[in-house]
Amino acid sequence: MQTFLGLDYNLWWFLVFGAVISGYAILDGFDLGAGSLHLFLKKEQSRRIAMNAIGPIWDGNEVWLVIGGGALFAGFPVAYAAIFSAFYVPFMIFLVGLIFRAVSIEFRSKEPWPWWRRSWDIVYCAASIIISLSLGLMLGNVVEGLPLDRNHEFTGDWLSFFNPFAILVAITTLALFMMHGAIFLTMKTENRLFVKLHVLANNFIIFFVVSFVITTLYTLLYIPHLSDFFKGHPIYFLIPLLMTLSIANIPRQVKIGKYRFAFISSVITIALLLIMVALEVFPYLLYSPQIPANSITVYNAAASAKTMKILLVMALVGTPLVGIYTSFVFWTFKGKVQLDEMSY
Amino acid sequence: MDVEILARVQFAFTIGFHYIYPPLSIGLGLILVILEGLYLRTGDRIYEMAVRFWIRIFALIFGIGVATGIIMEFEFGTNWATYSKYVGDIFGSALAAEGIFAFALESGFLGILIFGWNRVGPRVHFFSTIMVFFGSLFSAVWIVVANSWQQTPAGYHIVGEGLNARAEITDFWAMVFNPSSVDRLLHVWIGAILAGAFLVLSVNAWYILHKKHLTIARPTFKIALTVATVFSLLQLYIGSRSADGVARYQPAKLAAMEGHYDSSDKADMYLLGYVNNRREKTLGLSIPGGLSFLVHGDFKTPVPGLRSFKPEDRPSQVNSVFQFYHLMIILGVSMIGLSLLGCWLWWKKKLFDHRWLLWIFAWSVVLPQLANQAGWFTAEMGRQPWVVYGMLRTSDALSKVVTAHQIVFSLILFTIVYIVLFALFLFLLNRKIQHGPVDYGTKETIEGGARRDNPLLEHEQAV
Repeated sequence: MQTFLGLDYNLWWFLVFGAVISGYAILDGFDLGAGSLHLFLKKEQSRRIAMNAIGPIWDGNEVWLVIGGGALFAGFPVAYAAIFSAFYVPFMIFLVGLIFRAVSIEFRSKEPWPWWRRSWDIVYCAASIIISLSLGLMLGNVVEGLPLDRNHEFTGDWLSFFNPFAILVAITTLALFMMHGAIFLTMKTENRLFVKLHVLANNFIIFFVVSFVITTLYTLLYIPHLSDFFKGHPIYFLIPLLMTLSIANIPRQVKIGKYRFAFISSVITIALLLIMVALEVFPYLLYSPQIPANSITVYNAAASAKTMKILLVMALVGTPLVGIYTSFVFWTFKGKVQLDEMSY
Repeated sequence: MDVEILARVQFAFTIGFHYIYPPLSIGLGLILVILEGLYLRTGDRIYEMAVRFWIRIFALIFGIGVATGIIMEFEFGTNWATYSKYVGDIFGSALAAEGIFAFALESGFLGILIFGWNRVGPRVHFFSTIMVFFGSLFSAVWIVVANSWQQTPAGYHIVGEGLNARAEITDFWAMVFNPSSVDRLLHVWIGAILAGAFLVLSVNAWYILHKKHLTIARPTFKIALTVATVFSLLQLYIGSRSADGVARYQPAKLAAMEGHYDSSDKADMYLLGYVNNRREKTLGLSIPGGLSFLVHGDFKTPVPGLRSFKPEDRPSQVNSVFQFYHLMIILGVSMIGLSLLGCWLWWKKKLFDHRWLLWIFAWSVVLPQLANQAGWFTAEMGRQPWVVYGMLRTSDALSKVVTAHQIVFSLILFTIVYIVLFALFLFLLNRKIQHGPVDYGTKETIEGGARRDNPLLEHEQAV
């Protein structure tokens, strides 16, 4: 096994993949959250501002999904093949959601007619909710594991995706994104719209905390093996502890009006949540609860060592580049939304 | 219907629809760079109005391109799981490279291109425009590399057997520069640039016909005509190099493209024709020995025909491959003819005098679009029955767990969604074109509070 800085390539690529997925959840998370709460905003002007808050950046944020897909395909082709063919139906719905989210942002502003704009508002909101829920649903199922055969092919039925745990994860994901999106929008808005978003952010914090607690309790009671890792490595209890502090910090910062710190806490919360998921599932990419020997791991799903090395070089070269121009674009559009003739 | 046909139809449909948009992004990207460069150089407001008009069109096209493109990245996993495992090492690396090196660049700077006109300085904006154009060019690099590897695999070895067999990279650069990569990439790039140039020609021809925006339409038309002329002529050379590559590396595909069966005789090149694959006969208007000349440089030497391949190793839809290939060539030649005619009249100073010609230009946007589609259908159907030429059969590449019902479900879903999208796209494109370029006023007048005079802002505020 080839190693780099003491860790083998497979582990490195698992970390890269995890980082990209976290990047996607953090960045597109606030776009999706802003979309999911869109219909709570009633006035045309408010909706325009909310949409333009993500207008110049949502596309760049979605790139992280594209990179994540490529990273999984290239580094762990067996997992890519198994996961997407297994999740055929929910994934197609997710993709159609992505199409409608993209075009509703693009199309909405193109005509001034109220019925036109209202229809796209509904499409935009519904698509964002569907994307968030289906992402959560698939994540829940990946964490639980799927029945696999000897060739790592899925042997179950797609209706089984709608189990209580996965549904809870789906709702928690939606709540998390809505909270994240509302906090993001408070940073981009002013006056009455801002006040409204402040109230909404508080409500979504409650929504998130409640669904998160229920999901956690359900996991501890009914899927005990998911907490095996933490029981075996007590030192890692630090992570859930940190996450609890980070979640608790969000309403505190919102209350004193430090929205940027609230947003940073929300970012940290998402990252820690995904790190916990990663620790619980590692080394599995897709666990097979019935016959654990059929599970897909970062070792039996991996591309060749040579490809892993090429990919790591790409990540080393590419990540700083992406970082530089992403920061540049974010910096260009920092501050409160200002509508001009090019806005949506 | 069986899963293989359904999965192929779904792939052809989703990629075909997607491929309307990225070539336009590349081609329009070049036009944007030229127009904005001219604006910076001359300071002429005409170019500012033109470039800002085309940025709006670009945004619409790009949006649909992204939305339909994400489907493609995951369709390999959903419908072609065995293929994904087989080529993950190679195809996956190219897709990952596309994401990180190309698409991220393009989407990042897109925000500044579309929304940054008043936010950044003119030079920074121009830089962003160039980056978006480069990003789209780089995207094409990795996608065409991945596809060319399927046509002419190189730099790999096969590990494992049966269901667990897979190709692993042995030489990354040999994989990237496989024998067909460079020619096919240039071919695709030029096809994309022509798609953009003819869109600009069409729209401006329409303006000139309707006596609208003449001060902008005429110079933009001439710029697009220059681009169209240069690149359609270049395509003639690059396209023939691509055909040479097919002759050398994919002889069965070449034979199908010309409906050529008999290996012992000189090979003809058809201008028009029809292939009866059951009777293994091709009828039509041909240059005797033309294909022999293309391949060997003389009209006598035989070229391997389809009969020299086992029936299971030949493309099954020979006539379709033949027709798509010839359609592409006819369209390519008509683009050359049309742009040269335009240039000749331009030289005679009569470019805008003939309404019939302007009407032809107004419809010419469909030429490169059809040519691009026909070219890809030739390439992909001609590669059959292989998904990776000579290595993995399409019928072996499917997802084992996906049923025909699931594919029918998603195919119906995508058909409905794409019909709606296409209708909305044409509707909005048409409205934007009817609306035309707008004088936004100079930056100073906008900042001086004259924003309300802006017709666009006015109707926004009325809502």
